[in-house]
Amino acid sequence: MDRRVAQGIAFALLRASAFVVVMPVLLVLYFLISRGWSAISWGFVTQMPSGGMTQGGILSPIVGTLYLVTCTVIIALPLGVMSAIYLSEYARPGWLTRLIRLAIVNLAGVPSIVYGLFGYAVFVLLLSLGASILAGSLTLALLILPVIIVTAEEALVTVPQSFREASLALGATKWQTVRRAVLPNALPGIITGAVLGIGRAAGETAPILFTVAAFYMPNLPRSIFDQAMALPYHLYVMSTQVPNAPLRVQWGTALTLLMIVLGMNLTAAVIRARFRRRKPW
Amino acid sequence: MAGSREKTTEAVITGAIRLSGVATIIFVVLIFALLLRDGLPVFRYTSLSKFLLGRDWQPLSGVFGALPLILGSLLVTVGAVAISVPIGIAAAVYIGEIAGPRVREVLKPAVETLAAIPSIVIGFIGLMLLAPWIKQVFNLPTGLTALAGSIMLAFMAMPTIISISEDALNAVPKEYRAGSLALGATQWQTISRVVVPAARSGILAAVMLGVGRAIGETMAVLMITGNAAVIPHTFLEPVRTMTATIAAEMGETVQYSAHYHALFAIGAVLFLLTFTINLIADLALQRSRR
Repeated sequence: MDRRVAQGIAFALLRASAFVVVMPVLLVLYFLISRGWSAISWGFVTQMPSGGMTQGGILSPIVGTLYLVTCTVIIALPLGVMSAIYLSEYARPGWLTRLIRLAIVNLAGVPSIVYGLFGYAVFVLLLSLGASILAGSLTLALLILPVIIVTAEEALVTVPQSFREASLALGATKWQTVRRAVLPNALPGIITGAVLGIGRAAGETAPILFTVAAFYMPNLPRSIFDQAMALPYHLYVMSTQVPNAPLRVQWGTALTLLMIVLGMNLTAAVIRARFRRRKPW
Repeated sequence: MAGSREKTTEAVITGAIRLSGVATIIFVVLIFALLLRDGLPVFRYTSLSKFLLGRDWQPLSGVFGALPLILGSLLVTVGAVAISVPIGIAAAVYIGEIAGPRVREVLKPAVETLAAIPSIVIGFIGLMLLAPWIKQVFNLPTGLTALAGSIMLAFMAMPTIISISEDALNAVPKEYRAGSLALGATQWQTISRVVVPAARSGILAAVMLGVGRAIGETMAVLMITGNAAVIPHTFLEPVRTMTATIAAEMGETVQYSAHYHALFAIGAVLFLLTFTINLIADLALQRSRR
């Protein structure tokens, strides 16, 4: 075969593959918006579910998810950032650093349902927290830890070495240097990681199944020791566990969840882009 | 000058940072230790060979043969890999080597968006649109089959495969391409015989991580594979994966019962599988960086 023809055929196939990847994204967005948009109204997002969850809105799952992601980030962010500081500022190349990196990759690869098992056995049973926002958030915090560490470390290592040298030369200690010269300049990157982590935590279902998620609650949770409804679990319940659940509620819940998750990813992308443009060095 | 209080602060914070640094190692070890602690007691009720090779999963009767679940996970994953690996690598080659900057600026966010869609939403779409379509096209009693699971999983594994393959392609030195083109090769000959082979370690890592993603995926397969814990023979039958079994049954078990321990034992099998896969991927990545 003429090699130009071969190249033409090969490139057409490659282009088709890229199209196959993009197509489902467009399809998912199209169907969710076309079928879910009409369900979403002020009432839908501000009313509690009622009538065996076939009527009313999805206020309690929305609030539950907000509580969950807030607690999750409060737990995961300090630990993740400190871990990233260790890797970028303190660690020397060697077997320990290599092992830490392997652990991060593995933590990111542990199936989400295994996190659910771990959270149930440790936080719910062993530490007697019961199914609660605290137990669910601790479980989700473990899950998003790799995202936060990796993005924070990326942000820390891009701070120029000269910033550290200048600070140390002025007599600052290592921690003073990290806190005053390095961290402030890495802040946008760290926030990006936190926002990505929130998006991830908001969409996860398997880790919260046995650690916090409630099928139905007549009231909003009052403390972190209460169970909570959550958007992803509500979507699961409405689409598989409640017979004859109105399609309007199902598509509306799915679209609300997707808007929150994609909204977080978009926010992270915007912060990252602005930071890159404004970088002072 | 640093006073003694400052020195103490420095020491405490340095200690905390070092501890956080190794926290991830501690967590991985803790997760595995806990899965063993709550999984191993299942062997008070059954043997290792009966557990891994038993053909019946009837937890309510105390029969814990996990083979149908293991085969269910394998079948769905093999299907997902067969779809996502060729398409994913081809898309990565297109994005990395052929597409112009404008096309790339559209494709990359699209891939990131695909990665961000929660698995429960993918499962919901599969339940609403894909399963009815499969039922109709193949004239089946139900569309909730291994095939539906494989198709959905394929799209969930693709972003991983694409982004890591693309990194591997980008890491191939420009001189390789220039050398090949200077010898008179076409761009396609250069890509297929020089660039892709040079990036093979990174592409292997991408495939392994895609496999790991597919095996560990839970909610989408729970919703669309039909949940029948029997040994599957074709892609057009309902199956049940290891992950879906844990998700579906854990809520109904009595704490520290035989069933509880059996589900943790399945969790341990899943952990070992994904750990091995990630280890291979990591080694491949290390090789490709060298």
